[in-house]
Amino acid sequence: MSELLKVSSNPHIRSKVTTSQIMLAVIIALMPAAGYGIYNFGIRALAVILVTVASTVLTEFLYGLFRKRSTISDLSAVVTGLLLALNMPVGIPLWMPALGGVFAILVVKLLFGGLGQNFMNPALAARCFLLISFPAYMTDFSCDAYTGATPLAALKAGESVNAYDMVIGRTAGVIGETSMIAIVAGACILILLGVIDLRIPGSYIVSFALFVCIFGGHGFDPGYLSAQLAGGGLMLGAFFMATDYVTRPITAKGQYIYGIFLGILTGIFRIFGPGSEGVSYAIIIGNLIVPLIERVTKPTAFGMGGRRKYAK
Amino acid sequence: MSKVGERLYNGLIKENPTFVLTLGMCPTLAVTTKAVNGLGMGLTTAAVLAMSNLIISLLRKVIPGRVRIPAFIVIIASFVTVIQLLLQAYLPSLNDALGVYIPLIVVNCIILGRAESYAYLNPPVSSLFDGIGMGLGFTAALTCIGAVRELISAGTVFDINVLPESYVPIRIFGLAPGAFFVLAALTALQNYAKNKAKQRGRNVSVFMSGCSEDCMNCSETGCSKSFYDSEAGSRNQQ
Repeated sequence: MSELLKVSSNPHIRSKVTTSQIMLAVIIALMPAAGYGIYNFGIRALAVILVTVASTVLTEFLYGLFRKRSTISDLSAVVTGLLLALNMPVGIPLWMPALGGVFAILVVKLLFGGLGQNFMNPALAARCFLLISFPAYMTDFSCDAYTGATPLAALKAGESVNAYDMVIGRTAGVIGETSMIAIVAGACILILLGVIDLRIPGSYIVSFALFVCIFGGHGFDPGYLSAQLAGGGLMLGAFFMATDYVTRPITAKGQYIYGIFLGILTGIFRIFGPGSEGVSYAIIIGNLIVPLIERVTKPTAFGMGGRRKYAK
Repeated sequence: MSKVGERLYNGLIKENPTFVLTLGMCPTLAVTTKAVNGLGMGLTTAAVLAMSNLIISLLRKVIPGRVRIPAFIVIIASFVTVIQLLLQAYLPSLNDALGVYIPLIVVNCIILGRAESYAYLNPPVSSLFDGIGMGLGFTAALTCIGAVRELISAGTVFDINVLPESYVPIRIFGLAPGAFFVLAALTALQNYAKNKAKQRGRNVSVFMSGCSEDCMNCSETGCSKSFYDSEAGSRNQQ
């Protein structure tokens, strides 16, 4: 009788990876982009990042006190705050990202049931909240280092842009999106650690590039195409926001569909829309159709479906 | 409590059409960009609701059960037309602000709902006050939502500046998403207040459609207060 079988409910296989480890990996992977943002835009960028992260963490902490259940240690509030801060222009009044942080954590995440229950990426929802609420402040990218429009706005206006500067990141824009190199370096860390894979970013970027080639009006123009790829929030969105575990499809097939959908949507917003940028709206709308994608791509369980070999 | 007072209390607090029954969401979300719009929409609806409840209650023995819905709609639509002509004549600015939502009062489910579930089954005086109570509850709710949205999205309440000049308006609260945020927050607030009252031993959230029984826990299956089609002779418990 010493070899009793242990009977328990599933899951039977558990991973040793914890939420806080994944979140820590994302935080580390965002450091190159954040660091380059501070180097590029000056010390005020650091202030924006610190205020935003402080606001998200504090909101999570206070709500934990209120509900007597602390979720602060999973570090997700830090990731949300960091992503939101990287989406802020450097000259923004500091209370706006703080307000956005409260909105992201309280309204988008915690009121829907906390991490894992939010149907929308909190950082992007907060960015759109701020963009609709304060359009003048959110689209004012002038600072000490740069004046004038972002490269994408210049591109939309028909002016030529320096694609090399855009890849390095020496352009106007929000804090964390300008440097393609820094973002891709961070993304490589995540891919090597196995936190994300290339399904969503790959299908997103490829489908967006194809869309630009077909409908962009420039044909296959390497200069225009690379400017579209390196400009704006595409890289940050594709690697760090579209791949958010909570708001992406679970199935592999679904992830390809999701990425292609985002690419087409971003292309439509950028080329046919009134603005020059559309990554955040594209990802938010993508988040909304994730349940539908999962329903369509749900794999058949073992022993179910297929052709029946034997009569009933 | 008298019947009149009970009906008013029921409409304002216990079965508030916006926060408890969540009826009439279309005008609630669409026109509450300013407090004065909410107030105007609420009072317009209240006037139609009170008058249509009274007339439907007076005619409840005359209207055959099978055609009651078209009959209700005719009565309601007549009052809406009257109100709209009055608004166009005397309050053109409010008429412009509310726009298409004035004619849409005809299909406001609060009015049809009260006609169906109360006025058709009860005597005229209590039906009139049921309409007034429900209308005032709707008005109070819309004015609250409008005031909060106007305060946040423009810094004013009833077009009077209440916040300092340096206040940066949060524009999203004047748009459609803001209506949902404010409606949800105020509903949560009133649920919180009612739970507190419940803990102190005062139950204010029991549904009673015209009788003293709690509809949620009512065991009677053939309740005369529920929808009853006398012509067809069948009882449809709702």
